[in-house]
Amino acid sequence: MSTPPSPPDAVHSEEFLRLLMRRQLKLSVACAAAFLVGLIGLPLLNYYAPALMATRVAGFTLSWLLLGVLCFPLVWTISYFFIRRSIWLEEDEVAQVKKGRLDS
Amino acid sequence: MSPLPVLAFLEGVDPWIFAFSFVTVVVTVWMGFRSAKTSKTASDFFVAGRSVSVGWNASAISGEYLSAASFMGVAGMVMSSGYDALWYPVCYACGYLFLLLFIAGPLRRFGAYTIPDFAEGRFDSPLFRKIAVCFVLFIGFFYTMPQMKGAGTTLAYIFPGMPYWGGVVLVGAVITLNVALGGMKGITLVQAFQYWMKMFAISLPIFVVMSVYGFYGAHLKANDGTLQLTGTPAAITQNVERKALVEKAPADSPWISPFGPLTTKAAKAAGLSAEQAKPYSLLYTYSLIIALVCGTAGLPHILVRFYTNPDGVAAKRTTMWVMILIGIFYVFPPVFGVIGRNLMPELYAATGAKGTDKIVLELPRVVGGVWGSILSGITCAGAFAAFMSTFSGLLVSMTGALAHDVYGRMLRPNATPEQRMRMFKISAVVIGGVAIGLGSQVEQLQINFMVGQAFAIAAASYFPLLFMSVWWRGMTMKGAATGMLGGGLAALACTTIINLSDLKLVDLAAFWVANPLIRILCEQPAIWTVPLAIGLMVVVSKATAASVPADIRMKMLVLHAPEQLGLKQEYIQEHQAGAGH
Repeated sequence: MSTPPSPPDAVHSEEFLRLLMRRQLKLSVACAAAFLVGLIGLPLLNYYAPALMATRVAGFTLSWLLLGVLCFPLVWTISYFFIRRSIWLEEDEVAQVKKGRLDS
Repeated sequence: MSPLPVLAFLEGVDPWIFAFSFVTVVVTVWMGFRSAKTSKTASDFFVAGRSVSVGWNASAISGEYLSAASFMGVAGMVMSSGYDALWYPVCYACGYLFLLLFIAGPLRRFGAYTIPDFAEGRFDSPLFRKIAVCFVLFIGFFYTMPQMKGAGTTLAYIFPGMPYWGGVVLVGAVITLNVALGGMKGITLVQAFQYWMKMFAISLPIFVVMSVYGFYGAHLKANDGTLQLTGTPAAITQNVERKALVEKAPADSPWISPFGPLTTKAAKAAGLSAEQAKPYSLLYTYSLIIALVCGTAGLPHILVRFYTNPDGVAAKRTTMWVMILIGIFYVFPPVFGVIGRNLMPELYAATGAKGTDKIVLELPRVVGGVWGSILSGITCAGAFAAFMSTFSGLLVSMTGALAHDVYGRMLRPNATPEQRMRMFKISAVVIGGVAIGLGSQVEQLQINFMVGQAFAIAAASYFPLLFMSVWWRGMTMKGAATGMLGGGLAALACTTIINLSDLKLVDLAAFWVANPLIRILCEQPAIWTVPLAIGLMVVVSKATAASVPADIRMKMLVLHAPEQLGLKQEYIQEHQAGAGH
């Protein structure tokens, strides 16, 4: 069996893994938080401000408009931001490793 | 002229509805057979050679996901329960965001054919693979039953003379044959086509109806409480025609407001006032949200498709497109419900297949004449696409579990590619047969209710497993297994109790009246079963911390490091050298 090519040690270090996971998790949690504010907040608004949420906007109640129509663009915005950002993160990580390889 | 006795079930069939449905089935089968010629290797059958493009794959995932419950059930539920039912389409769509944020990328990078592959690879435990395979099959069967129910009821609508089980057998046999011959590659093509079929079928008819009878907002505006008397003739309210509501229909105010009939049922049964019921209703809403969002992220037949992307970036882009595609779709079914409430309130009086669930099939007929029949035929074709695509997706993932895991890994690890191909076909027929058998037994259960149960079980088992395994390196096999089984079985027990009680097999009515809180926690268990599963995973993993896999750092790197670094090849080589084969 041929021996696998030995990779730079920086990639296998504890620091690299921690950095990797922390950066990705931070991004994911930030995006999830933006989304959860809406998902947890809407029932609370319905609970504490029923009159406001029953306001009619173009025939819809405000709550119906937010939930049935406008929440989809919100989700698209969050996921678009997340995808751009996470692809950037990956490219940055690859660049860092390559730089490390050149330095060592 | 009397028809032939053999064709008696064709009596009373609307030719347009029949024609559109028939064409859908024929095109689906034809595409399956056609692509069967191009899929040759075992890898083609399991994950389509991993080379499906983002656009095709996103359409196929969406096509697979938009089931009979989405196509027919959501509209019917909005019509019968109003605002609260909007959470279903919204959370079906939002669950994808969670999948994208926490699970899709790492899972793809880890590179395994199925969830059981991931379970074994992450924990080095063949035992855990067996447990995971059982869960794939288990949740899968739970999810095939409502699809079969949808098939049976739609066929009963198209062919008034056909018995329920006849429809189940017919549709089940066609799809099973298709999967056995085409494999997943055929399915990707067919399902991508079916997404666009469903999108067309839900949007075109409703636009025609709206242009004749008034738009979404105008119809909602009419639900302002001015028309509540039964027996009055059709009235023009706020420029929109409204027929009188029947006795069983909810009044305007609870229907259009949050915390309506769906979420307050248990509290109302306990005799609480509207104000007292509100906290229960809030709890119900949150539990429903958790079940639907986490359940989406844990459905095995959806997850397996992420492996058909060429790389992790493509997997993320695919999820983005899936969210856009299903987000646009889910705006439409509630419109059917809202307009149906104003134009076809007579459906409130009927129950089951004759009730609000068929509003999507029936509403276009208000246009009248041949055009009404044609539009109704189009929505029927969409319904066919809905249950056919979801059922074939489930069949592929379950067949994959049986052929790839049980046969290819456990029983005959040294099987040749030809043997594995043959086994894939045999497995498809076996699983299809069992699903048809189960499906013919559930005529009395509601479609949406059964889907909700599958989601609740997936939310409490697969979601915690995937989420924790990906992000917490301290997880052990024992912790993962305990949490998954604990959460999943708790959710299963709750839904079983509710089923038995609702089918009047066990008399718990008095108990539910005395304890509305327990009723809600059993009906929507996710709010406690998901934390229970995660809690069990943490506690048991801490207690068995010594058995964390030795190469955990390498595994975590493969899960999280960009694919361009090529860590996966290195990992696989090391692993094979270590295992000695």
